[in-house]
Amino acid sequence: MTELRYLAPNSLDEAIKAFAAAGSAGRILAGGTDLLVQMRAGVVKPGLIVDIKKIAEMTKIEETADGGFRVGAAVSGMALYDHVSFGKVWPGVLEAVNLIGSKQVQGRASAGGNLCNGSPAGDSVPAMVAAGAIVTVQGPDGRRELPVEQVPAGPGRTNLKPGEILISFTLPPRPKGSSDAYLRMIPRTEMDIAVVGLGVSLTLKDAICTAARVGLGAVAPTVLLVDAAAKALIGSKLDDAALNAAAAACSAACRPIDDKRGTIVYRTKVAGVLLKRTTAIAAQRAQGN
Amino acid sequence: MNIVTDNKWIGQRTIRPDGVDKVTGRAAFAADTNMPGMIWGKVLRSPHPHARIKGIDTSKAEALPGVKAVVTARDIVDFPLDKSVMLGIQDMRWMCRNVMAREKALFPGHPVAAVAATTEAIAAQACELIEVDYEVLPWSIEIDDALKSDAPILHDFMKFEGKPSNIAGRLEVKKGDITAGFEAAEIVVERSFTTRPVHQGYIEPHACLISVAADNKTTIWSSSQGQFMVRAMTAYLTGIPQSDIRAIPAEIGGGFGGKTIVYLEPLATLLAKKSGRPVKMVMTREEVMRATGPTSGSKSTVKIGAKKDGTIVAAHGIYYLQAGAFPGSPIRGAVGCSFAPYDIPHVLSEGFDVCSNRSKVAAYRAPGAPIGAYAVECVLDELAEALKMDPLELRLKNAAKEGTKAAHGPVYPRIGYIETLEAAKASPHYKAPLGKLQGRGVASGFWFNAGGESSAQVNITEDGNVVVTTGHPDIGGSRAGIANICAELLGIDYRRVSVLIGDTATIGFSNLTGGSRVLFASSIVATQSVEKVIQTLRERAAKIWEIDPDAVKWDQGAAHPVSPNAGQFEPLTLAELAEKAPSMGGPIGAGVQLNTQGADGGFGTHIADVEVDVDLGIVRVIRYTAIQDVGRAIHPAYVEGQLQGGVSQGIGWALNEEYIYNKQGKVDNPGFLDYRMPVCSDLPMIDCIMVEVPNPKHPQGVKGVGEVPLIPVMSAISNAIYNALGKRFYSLPMSPPKVLEVIDAPETRQAAE
Amino acid sequence: MAKVHVTTTINGEPSEFLCEPNDTMLDALRGPLGLTGSKEGCASGDCGACSITVDDRLVCSCLMLAVESEGHQISTIEGMAKGDRLHPLQQKFLEMAALQCGICTSGMLVASDALLKRNSNPSEEEVRFWLAGNLCRCTGYDKIVRAVMETAADMRATN
Repeated sequence: MTELRYLAPNSLDEAIKAFAAAGSAGRILAGGTDLLVQMRAGVVKPGLIVDIKKIAEMTKIEETADGGFRVGAAVSGMALYDHVSFGKVWPGVLEAVNLIGSKQVQGRASAGGNLCNGSPAGDSVPAMVAAGAIVTVQGPDGRRELPVEQVPAGPGRTNLKPGEILISFTLPPRPKGSSDAYLRMIPRTEMDIAVVGLGVSLTLKDAICTAARVGLGAVAPTVLLVDAAAKALIGSKLDDAALNAAAAACSAACRPIDDKRGTIVYRTKVAGVLLKRTTAIAAQRAQGN
Repeated sequence: MNIVTDNKWIGQRTIRPDGVDKVTGRAAFAADTNMPGMIWGKVLRSPHPHARIKGIDTSKAEALPGVKAVVTARDIVDFPLDKSVMLGIQDMRWMCRNVMAREKALFPGHPVAAVAATTEAIAAQACELIEVDYEVLPWSIEIDDALKSDAPILHDFMKFEGKPSNIAGRLEVKKGDITAGFEAAEIVVERSFTTRPVHQGYIEPHACLISVAADNKTTIWSSSQGQFMVRAMTAYLTGIPQSDIRAIPAEIGGGFGGKTIVYLEPLATLLAKKSGRPVKMVMTREEVMRATGPTSGSKSTVKIGAKKDGTIVAAHGIYYLQAGAFPGSPIRGAVGCSFAPYDIPHVLSEGFDVCSNRSKVAAYRAPGAPIGAYAVECVLDELAEALKMDPLELRLKNAAKEGTKAAHGPVYPRIGYIETLEAAKASPHYKAPLGKLQGRGVASGFWFNAGGESSAQVNITEDGNVVVTTGHPDIGGSRAGIANICAELLGIDYRRVSVLIGDTATIGFSNLTGGSRVLFASSIVATQSVEKVIQTLRERAAKIWEIDPDAVKWDQGAAHPVSPNAGQFEPLTLAELAEKAPSMGGPIGAGVQLNTQGADGGFGTHIADVEVDVDLGIVRVIRYTAIQDVGRAIHPAYVEGQLQGGVSQGIGWALNEEYIYNKQGKVDNPGFLDYRMPVCSDLPMIDCIMVEVPNPKHPQGVKGVGEVPLIPVMSAISNAIYNALGKRFYSLPMSPPKVLEVIDAPETRQAAE
Repeated sequence: MAKVHVTTTINGEPSEFLCEPNDTMLDALRGPLGLTGSKEGCASGDCGACSITVDDRLVCSCLMLAVESEGHQISTIEGMAKGDRLHPLQQKFLEMAALQCGICTSGMLVASDALLKRNSNPSEEEVRFWLAGNLCRCTGYDKIVRAVMETAADMRATN
């Protein structure tokens, strides 16, 4: 039987030291809504669990000097929901994080855990990608930043180096006329893993889309940043032709599989449908800003 | 709603006796109890869908520190394959092989050994040390695969029409001559349907805690739909006599039929006996989904012929149902119930029981009937459309009523089916307007219901209150119903009646909780027991007043002279008579044990509204009304609860629930994440119309209600989707990818002939 | 594995227990703490039968390590009634028959209480989406939703 140690360090340095020393036997614990399920199923048998929730940087939500946001990797969905202004600025990211599981799960689950779990269908990731989030990670070799879309490496895998821990997400300041949205297709109304998840962040100026990013999840081994879809939207008035072109780009970008949650044919079609619906919501919100 | 209002307690929404414990977390379910010295049992399960077991070596497990006992098939009583031994509808030949694989492992999850150890972790580790020599065999799961000419045969002894086969049996129900019947038909609709296996979905996994003393005296504390079944099955499978086994029913966290057999109890009993320690066994959710019995997947073909005026003249149903690893799919329900709401002169209903390498089927709420009704009610909808008749009108024109001879045998007494159709027609729901991409569908259903053995005891306490002991685990609120009835009959406040469920040592034999029979049967014996108690109370009063007992009546909780001529006496209350009991002849109480009769079938008609998201293929149920002849709603809220619960299970079956198998033949979705039962936000309010046509053979007019509500749902929803989209569906579940596929498919409408 | 000693507060009372590092809070509640009101339906966070609150936040106790409870305020179903005085939600569930077998009821009540503490006037849709993580197989949720909304109305009226 594996001897399991649980550590809840107060400092990041302590966490990194212990996590790095444990090598492949180490696991980070934020909300635990993936880790505990995997431990119970026997697919993961950690030797060391490093609980990062006592590290201030991990659980803080703060506005940055330039008007953006920095969200600690271990901030739970409910904590993000309860923040006085985050949801007004990033409603898409907020709703994405708060579609993970149930209210009970959202009481614990974090965007950091969702990203690092490496599920192609993790709800928060397409919205973070669309938002242009930059993640800060720190490991034995120090601190670095990278675009969020570079973190997932494949199902269950990330591009984090051994010993590296995700610290926070930095979201850029929002130009006027910006907003975002996230939609997913699930068969029920709640509680399912996304069959397709799609996040759109855009900026409108005089009804013209001047900036856009589209993150598409659950249709490839990693979440996709669909440049072609963004290009179809940018410069347009989000008319039918632009939306159709963007939708087609999303369908074309799909590399899905047939599995117990959806088929290739289905996911490919739904990606296009969701692009149109998500863009419409983001646009309506942007018009209010 | 049609609720009797002139009763004080019958028909009232009283607070259920077990309610306070359940809302405070105090109610003791099977996994909640511990015993001193308790150890934990775990099961080793076959990873293979089909394999001969050449040998099992448990030596390494037995040597692991902390392991106290190991059990294999050798320890289970053998029931030879050449002699059927029935316990109710279960054949012990299959039960003994289902609780632990004997010659072969027949599905992934089939138990092959069990271990008891001082901790769960050690027991699990010990299981991994057991070495099983499997000869892996080819397997088949789906009906089509199991019926192929080269299909792997599960049971060498099984032959159908002289050839080795996976068909374990055929059942037929017949009336008239369908060949002649169809010749006279002016319009015929024939369609084929498939359904997937679905699980009962009880939230509480199977659990038991069992202690066996050195002299075999066994105490079983478990979650089941029948403590007498638990006792009997455990006795059969362990060899311990029934009289040495005391089976105590814990509160049960859902059953729906799935807990009418045992999985763990015989294993835990043997482990407890071998180890000399109480053994607790609790299934994980994954074990529940893999190794207990969902209902059958199915393939059906239904053909119905009618005259142009809508008179149905002939009906033919062929139903293939999966049995799983051993014979016993619920073909009886499919075959017997599917045409039962209708008066049809020529009927042939055939069912085929097909074995395949998945877990053995267990009962699920009106077993077999939802599968048959799904097919028949969808065909009726197409027939109505072809005849240009309202679907309720078509059913009314052909409705069974008093005097109709049902194809499955009985001549119906006074039944309330037509009343459900008329209530549906008259309901505000049926007239409500529909919006874009919304549709409405209707369907009906029938279930046999049952009576069967029941025992009750009614005892008056020394302080003048009442303790009623009944014999059936309470899964629907039956204790509240019994309390209502006893309070009513005795004329006392409901809160003075305490209703308990006895165990096998403290109450007489009572058959399973299932078959929509608990309130029906237990209220008969409780009523008769109360009547005997009232007789005693009248005799006691008569003695005190020195008059004839015939001159005493019992009313409003007291004995009264029957008229002023009998004498001027102050009433004697229950409390007063109880106080005097020791000097007046002794304790006041009575018990009755019966094989109750007079249960008649239940009928329901449902109306479903759906809205379809045509770009994503998502169907949402936006309004639902369930109408049922309930006989007499003793406790209306718990009758409604049965209707609402059955409807929600049916919505899951219709839209998203299904067993998904991977390429290795294993269940790919053994958990609540991907076995998609309806969540709170998926459902609308579920309106209920309770039609009361009292059962003349029952003292309070009760009819069983629990099973009918599941039966019409899938067809009502399928018909509603057609109404919304103009597209028919012939397989369940109607999940988004399937719906979108049909929406996007080129127009292919099967016309009626 | 060496057991860990945990000190926490449960239903307002100081509590301590021993557990394995990989025990969940649900394991600890139902095992050493003897609080079996929280139920295990799935052990994977999909059914909500194990719902508790941690520092007033609704969580699944099966998705939390027992050791994490150190220094936090844990509330379970056992803390909802005060002596023999039922919480209004408990009373309403009884009156409106919002339970049948009762296995989901503990979780439903804890979750509903958490909702009403945040939102005293939830719409039907809000109630349904809040309770989406609490599976019930017996009732079809109808009477549960009605009971929560009526309790909310009662509580607003008395405040």
